[in-house]
Amino acid sequence: MVTAAQIWEWVIKSLIIILVLTGGFAYVTLYERKVLARIQARVGPNRAGPFGLLQPVADGIKLIFKEELTPAGADKLLFTLAPVITVIPALVVTAVIPWGESVTLFGKTYTLYLTDVNVAILYIMAVTSISVYGIALAGWSSNNKYATLGGLRATAQMISYELALGLSFVGPILLTGSMSMLEIVRAQQKLWFIFLQPAGFVLFLAASLAEVNRAPFDMPEAEQELTAGYHAEYSGMKFALFFMAEYIKMIAVSMIGATLFLGGYLSPLTMLSGLPVIGWLFASGPHWLFLKVALWLFFMIWVRATLPRIRYDRLMQLGWKIMFPLGLVNVIVTAAVIVLAGG
Amino acid sequence: MFEDYLPLLVILALAVLIGFIVVLLGVLFGPRRPTPRKMAPYESGMVPYGPGRRRMSVRYYLIAVLFILFDIEVVFVVSWAVVLRKLGTLGLLGMLVFLVVLEVAHLYAWKKGALEWD
Repeated sequence: MVTAAQIWEWVIKSLIIILVLTGGFAYVTLYERKVLARIQARVGPNRAGPFGLLQPVADGIKLIFKEELTPAGADKLLFTLAPVITVIPALVVTAVIPWGESVTLFGKTYTLYLTDVNVAILYIMAVTSISVYGIALAGWSSNNKYATLGGLRATAQMISYELALGLSFVGPILLTGSMSMLEIVRAQQKLWFIFLQPAGFVLFLAASLAEVNRAPFDMPEAEQELTAGYHAEYSGMKFALFFMAEYIKMIAVSMIGATLFLGGYLSPLTMLSGLPVIGWLFASGPHWLFLKVALWLFFMIWVRATLPRIRYDRLMQLGWKIMFPLGLVNVIVTAAVIVLAGG
Repeated sequence: MFEDYLPLLVILALAVLIGFIVVLLGVLFGPRRPTPRKMAPYESGMVPYGPGRRRMSVRYYLIAVLFILFDIEVVFVVSWAVVLRKLGTLGLLGMLVFLVVLEVAHLYAWKKGALEWD
């Protein structure tokens, strides 16, 4: 039976997840601008607040007071719904990621995850594919050639790389024998899966970049040829929603990747957790997950600063002719090793 | 068992709420002074010509159909991966046959040029 206390616990945990993601989104934009600036020997935003820390607030307030345009000939209902449909999957996809085991507050033990469903990976695959709808609808409803083309490209790209992404999930599932994220993290106590699944890790890294439309796979938004792609006609808060969805998806894939391959919330330095005063820093917990996510995001920004965008035909060929077969080979080899080695 | 999924409904409801609140914020606080020029589709400052929605290349449909085929395959592989240890060698061989059949389909599409973009 579900009690009222349980429902409140779920509501509070959901709110924490959503607040961390939206707050994280605001500061990832600043993080990205700062890191890109440093890579390009600039300083980056430093006027709004100390070290530019209030820049996301300034950006948000500016966007709230901007005029929103709906182009003539646009499908008004879909045009308004599309950004909402894009942001919802981004907000809910991390609900199955555990942040830690449990914590005791005021004499009561709380688990550090919203829920531990036994089909967590299927849930992630299902939810990420919904965000394709928002982008396709945004491109189509705008009544703008560039937006339509951007939406089409984004759709074809995202569905093509979803195959490789799905196959890269299979490695950790095979090694764990479960789809539950908590079980997957627990199975990595001795050795992170990045060492057992190096090919799967590389596949995940590349496919996830394509899945969130990040450089070098940011063809849907190629400003030189499509102005801004599927969100060319969006302004004000509707644009902000697309922006939010993109950055939250970056955080989400980093969390998923860190959980599947980098041991999630596990600390690699647990032997130091007995130290006085600073011991908790080395114990497993949410701070390790956040550290891994921050490093992963840094890598994504670094890639954007370094690699040029790849051509669209090459992009599709990479997905269908290299990554998909590679994913299959990786699955078969992993499965064969597990069966032959006797589990 | 079923209770494991209820929290997902809670977070979904909150996410829907937040999505609509953000759209509402823009409607409430943004100015609204439309002119015909502003409402025209954006084409980098040129006068827009032709319809905004054009016929799309048939390749997109091909990719979509192939995606459905192979994504179902991936879902099968994912659920098989959970129970591989129980299935043992027979399970591995069964999946191998299944994957070979699908790989033949993949190669056929490849050789027919369904994966080419020009």
